[in-house]
Amino acid sequence: MRKSASEKTQSQALVTRRSLLVGGLQVGLVGALGARMHYLQVQESDQFRFLAEENRVKISLIPPARGEIFDRTGRILAENVPTYRVTLTREDTGDVDETIASLGRIIELDPEYLAEALEQIKKRRGDVPVTVADKISWEALARVAANAPALPGIEPQVALSRRYTLGADFTHVVGYVGPVSDYDLGRIENPDPLLHLPRFQIGKTGLEARQEDDLRGKAGTQRVEVNARGREVRELGRVEGKQGSDVQLTIDHNLQNYVQARLGDESAAAVVIDCQTGDLLAIGSAPTFDPNLFVNGISVADYKLLLEDDHRPLVAKSVQGTYPPGSTFKMVTALAALEAGVVTAEDTFSCKGYLEVSSQKFHCWKHSGHGNVSLVRSLRESCDVYYYELALKTGIKNISAMARRLGLGARHDIPMSAVAQGLAPTKDWKKRVKKEDWVLGDSVNASIGQGFVLASPLQLAVMTARLATGRAVEPRLVKTIDGVEQPSGAGAPLGLNENHLRQIRRGMFEVVNHSRGTGRKSRIMSKASQMAGKTGTSQVISRRVKASEVPWEQRDHALFVDFAPYDNPRIAVAVVVEHGGGGSTAAAPVARDITLQALYGDDPPLSEYPSRDRGRIRAQQKKLRALRPAPSSGSDDRA
Amino acid sequence: MSYLEYNVKFVPTGPRKFLYINWPLALLLIAVASVGFLMLYSVASGDTSRWAEPQMKRFGVGFLMMIGVAMVPIYFWRNVSPVAYGVSLLLLVAVEFFGDVGMGAQRWINLGFMRLQPSELMKITLVMLLAAYYDWLPLKKISHPLWVAIPVALILLPTALVLRQPDLGTSILLVTGGGALMFMAGVHWAYFAAVIASGVGLITAVFETRGTDWQLLNNYQYKRIDTFLDPAADPLGAGYHITQSKIALGSGGWTGRGFMQGTQSRLNFLPEKHTDFIFTTLSEEFGFVGAIGLLVLYGLIIMFCVSSALSNANRYGQLLTLGISMTFFLFFSVNMAMVMGLIPVVGVPLPLVSYGGSAMLVLMIAFGLLQSAHVHKPR
Repeated sequence: MRKSASEKTQSQALVTRRSLLVGGLQVGLVGALGARMHYLQVQESDQFRFLAEENRVKISLIPPARGEIFDRTGRILAENVPTYRVTLTREDTGDVDETIASLGRIIELDPEYLAEALEQIKKRRGDVPVTVADKISWEALARVAANAPALPGIEPQVALSRRYTLGADFTHVVGYVGPVSDYDLGRIENPDPLLHLPRFQIGKTGLEARQEDDLRGKAGTQRVEVNARGREVRELGRVEGKQGSDVQLTIDHNLQNYVQARLGDESAAAVVIDCQTGDLLAIGSAPTFDPNLFVNGISVADYKLLLEDDHRPLVAKSVQGTYPPGSTFKMVTALAALEAGVVTAEDTFSCKGYLEVSSQKFHCWKHSGHGNVSLVRSLRESCDVYYYELALKTGIKNISAMARRLGLGARHDIPMSAVAQGLAPTKDWKKRVKKEDWVLGDSVNASIGQGFVLASPLQLAVMTARLATGRAVEPRLVKTIDGVEQPSGAGAPLGLNENHLRQIRRGMFEVVNHSRGTGRKSRIMSKASQMAGKTGTSQVISRRVKASEVPWEQRDHALFVDFAPYDNPRIAVAVVVEHGGGGSTAAAPVARDITLQALYGDDPPLSEYPSRDRGRIRAQQKKLRALRPAPSSGSDDRA
Repeated sequence: MSYLEYNVKFVPTGPRKFLYINWPLALLLIAVASVGFLMLYSVASGDTSRWAEPQMKRFGVGFLMMIGVAMVPIYFWRNVSPVAYGVSLLLLVAVEFFGDVGMGAQRWINLGFMRLQPSELMKITLVMLLAAYYDWLPLKKISHPLWVAIPVALILLPTALVLRQPDLGTSILLVTGGGALMFMAGVHWAYFAAVIASGVGLITAVFETRGTDWQLLNNYQYKRIDTFLDPAADPLGAGYHITQSKIALGSGGWTGRGFMQGTQSRLNFLPEKHTDFIFTTLSEEFGFVGAIGLLVLYGLIIMFCVSSALSNANRYGQLLTLGISMTFFLFFSVNMAMVMGLIPVVGVPLPLVSYGGSAMLVLMIAFGLLQSAHVHKPR
């Protein structure tokens, strides 16, 4: 179509007008874009720069190596070993199931473990890495690392895990660590950010739990530049943390091993204490179990087995178990009476087999009676009536006070789990707790360590050490922390009359060394090692039948306390065999063997035993030697 | 007018045409493209071979094509306009059947030597056809409903095909570019008022139909709109692009973090950092000064185009120049508005800067047409 010149001019004018209009609009839009740039880049710049900084710098925690635990000889008990594991961070993964499936093609995954991990992934925050495969081999870890680009959010990691070198021997003392649980987190106010790390291990029981603050150390931090995928590009800086403190125990691992082996499968406990320093040389509780089972989470079946065992392997009976001390309490009653001045060691009481108090008959264990009994004889032959008489004269107030002075009814706060307080009953206590008035019969029962009196093996060992030295020996479990010696437990003199103490010790000496002593069969032959002790049998159920005819859980507890050597006490031992029957038969031989082992630091010569026992003892030594730990490689140890 | 008749005789011919090319404009194109090379070098962490080098080669080829196209008389281009449009339309249909699926959309057609995006071609050929149409149409018929309906159909046909791919960004560009050309050609303003009014109605409809069987957009498109409206709701999910992009832009400040120092782009926080989001890298590394600098370069390109158009007595050349410059304007302004969080993310590259083969070549051909109009304008 041809156009006229005028039409051309007209259209030109129209186009010019319209394009200028559009041009104006464009200028406006460009102005708007410029204004927006100014807003974002100049006005709001600080905020965005801050966000960008946050975007690219990730602060991650460097977990400190947990402090190691050694015995008094420097043998390592709890060490850290590297383990390899794979974590998954939901936020970085995209499709969790798909990533897990790809991971499953590269390494083998434990379905049970994985199911639990998937549960965690759902529950936890998206930026928390969750372990999906633990304790994998180095080769498997390498395969994962090589395939990392195809596995978003998956990270191969090397972590330190706890290992207990001597396994079951130290279970109840050292305890064990385990991964932090939701329960743990809920209990701790303002938890250390470390605890949120995947599978971070904290002390669950025993020393591991009680010394957690020392052992854990302080986390270091690492500032790393990361890309949008969360992959670390480079390290910007690092603040080193503090490694956990090493803890050295007063326990001797050889003696500990012997104690555990000697207690065997009995439901029993034994405590060996250094009389002079209060150092705990062994704290045995049987049966025991391998703490390594718990480190990475124990299986339900294994745990159930431990939980349902009637010998209660999970309980540290040495410090948690409290028992009526029975006749081992008689030293307390005797000393209370002597100190109160109501009797002298020479005073005698007549035992006709029972004593009637408030028209109730209290029997002596020897129904035919002991006749005239003095202090030393009363201990030696464990006459009950003698103590009934003392109780009536001395009163529960004095007895209870003496018990406390000797370390009973008071909590010795050594760093183990649930250390028991025991009970040295008073009239006030009964009124407060039982809502009943104290009656004379209660004092009579208490005088022979029955009734309300309760003591743990640890307390009995402390009591014996205090009787042996006359000083307020305090038990000590931790020798050094980070090489720093902890306060000794030697204690100040108790202020007891040395003559009275000598009478008590004499009585204890005759228990094992006099021809009529209740513990004579367990005597030590050489004069240099001779021990003094006291048998105890505490009733579980009041019944006069032969022990072997009663079901196990109704049999009496067997107790024995001793110190040795008699002339120059070095160690004190307390042994409780639950439902073991008589103290002289079930507990005394065990205590004697442990005492000798502690004195010699090794198997004692057979000459220390009565000659007719030697054959049996030789066989026993051979059997127990087989259970000893291999001598350590040396490099693990510290001098 | 004798003046015009006289000047028409001075349309340059032969090799002399070369001198009549709009060289300032050509230099501006080189300048903008160079900014692109620099940024592609930077986002590849100093690796030339990854993006910068292929981009330079393409630009070189495109530049030569531009010169080549500029040498061909403008009336030839006017005459082939309907054919070019028809071919583009056929290619768009072909994409429906033979297209490669890339990034979740069917956009590419493989020609053997290169992968062509017919929708790119359509942006230019639509402008060509509309310019030719209004060159042919007498001025008095221009606002007649029938003669308005025809270009509207010519615009909506390819738009519908592009929307099916689905490529919302290009669809918007086609409609807006075509509409702007119609407006500048002189169609009565009442039509545009009506369209804008119904556009508002359409947007309402888009949101109203969401979740029903006949919803007008894809779920991912709805999601993008949601994200645009509230990017903070899911900063690591769908809002990620916008949030990260704004952080990159904002952290640039006045003068930026310096060349190759942008942590956002360097550390992969930015998605599509070498294509649609390349402007954020520029802003982060060169700051407000750099970003405004690029905006000024773009503005100058538009200015040279518009001034060339206004001094062009050839109606086809004039409308073509205006149409192409409008398309170019839409390209960069939509991209910038998108990365700055002013409009939803629609997938429009930054012209001459973003990495991309067919977009670059098509754009240079378009500037060739524009240059041809300039060279052959009656003087």
